[in-house]
Amino acid sequence: MSKSFGDLLREARAEVREISPGEADLLREQGATFVDVREAVEWDQGYIPGAHHVAKSYFEQGIEADVPDRGAQLVLYCAGGIRSLLAAQTLQGMGYTNVINMTGGFSAWKSQGLPWTAPVVLSTEQKTRYSRHLLIPEVGSKGQAKLLDSRVLVIGAGGLGSPAALYLAAAGVGTIGIVDFDVVDLSNLQRQVIHASDRVGQKKTASARATINALNPDVEVVAHEEMLTADNVERLIEGYDVILDGTDTFETRYILNDASVAAGIPVVHASVFRFEGQLSVFDPPAGPCYRCLYPTPPPPELAPGCSVAGVLGVVPGIMGLLQTNEVIKLLLGIGESLAGRLVIFDALDATFTELRLKRDPACPVCSDAAMAARAAGTPLAVPSPSDGGAFALRVGP
Amino acid sequence: MSTVRIPPVLRANVGGAKQVDVEGSTVGEVIEGLVGSYPALRGQLLTDDGQLNRFVNVYLNDQDVRYLEERATPVDEGDTIIILPAMAGGGR
Repeated sequence: MSKSFGDLLREARAEVREISPGEADLLREQGATFVDVREAVEWDQGYIPGAHHVAKSYFEQGIEADVPDRGAQLVLYCAGGIRSLLAAQTLQGMGYTNVINMTGGFSAWKSQGLPWTAPVVLSTEQKTRYSRHLLIPEVGSKGQAKLLDSRVLVIGAGGLGSPAALYLAAAGVGTIGIVDFDVVDLSNLQRQVIHASDRVGQKKTASARATINALNPDVEVVAHEEMLTADNVERLIEGYDVILDGTDTFETRYILNDASVAAGIPVVHASVFRFEGQLSVFDPPAGPCYRCLYPTPPPPELAPGCSVAGVLGVVPGIMGLLQTNEVIKLLLGIGESLAGRLVIFDALDATFTELRLKRDPACPVCSDAAMAARAAGTPLAVPSPSDGGAFALRVGP
Repeated sequence: MSTVRIPPVLRANVGGAKQVDVEGSTVGEVIEGLVGSYPALRGQLLTDDGQLNRFVNVYLNDQDVRYLEERATPVDEGDTIIILPAMAGGGR
């Protein structure tokens, strides 16, 4: 016997528990998961803060990725309470055990003065440009909006910084700062893919900007045409969300480390030598800082740079993109960051070796004592990377 | 017998080998055995008084020996010891 729409609704109401927006708000405060089943155009007009968006048209396919826990306390809503009622019935059929429908939907929620937010709305062009990101639940339009609103500082537009800046730009990271005082040299082009043959002799920041502008007009490039020093580091890194370290010298690495720990900005680090690369994330207290790992720099003969030792061009390319992967994860707040782990990549063997890193409890920069001393305005002395002596850290709390 | 992984920058000191097998029941014994066989490594790995240089990290499997028992850390048959010096290059 065929059923009318009214029959379907009556059946659903008999099976699904329903609550008012006011009751739903109490559950929200207790940590219940809200699922908005409206279509994208409706979601773009505003939604309940923290809600997952799984449109009814893709509901059965999408819900398991967004809400894998079948025992979670779920509150479903749509515009008026009908579509979410039917979706809630479907969820119960899929084995979700704590599903509630919110009567009156988003309209009733708003008219009762309950909190809602309007998302950053992507333009039609952006929806196409970032469509492969938008299809991934872990990114989606919310994540893409976050990337567009993010600021990443790339130190050095060289072997690591070139591929990194390219992919950060392609991903739609809204502001990319580039610190480099050098000019493009013909010998750079074997690996520094953001530059080009007709830009030899140009400033690297200008060359990188030209490539990024051509790739993605959503990205603003901030060119810092200077060498990172202890005197300007604080100003250079201010306001950035994540720093990608593509520097070449130990002195710069220590200066950057000390200032970024003080500023609380994570540093995604990599370095390369011939066929090998090292990669980690320095983000104390989640893992150590660079100084915990290497308290003092090696003598120059033990750590030659690429201009002396050479490097297989793809190695900084691979390491730079692994850095970019970590940056994007940090910006989106997804996955497990490499904080507390170091990866060694060996191109000849095609192997990755992972080592566990620990915070040095006596670290003069990131230990609890060092952080407390800095907060009190009396930072601990750190060894100078250049002369082996001690100099006071010049960065504030 | 344990395997010591030699970092690229030090391989010239061990005839180009990526890893060498060394006898020893502690990390200290393995390092001593290593620099005994390849004296050119001594100055790179150890200070004048025989301590590990601070710019070289030594891992037993995936753990930093600084947070185990340093040179006294016991080494079992088949363990891997990884020598990890800081690298400079950013691809310039």
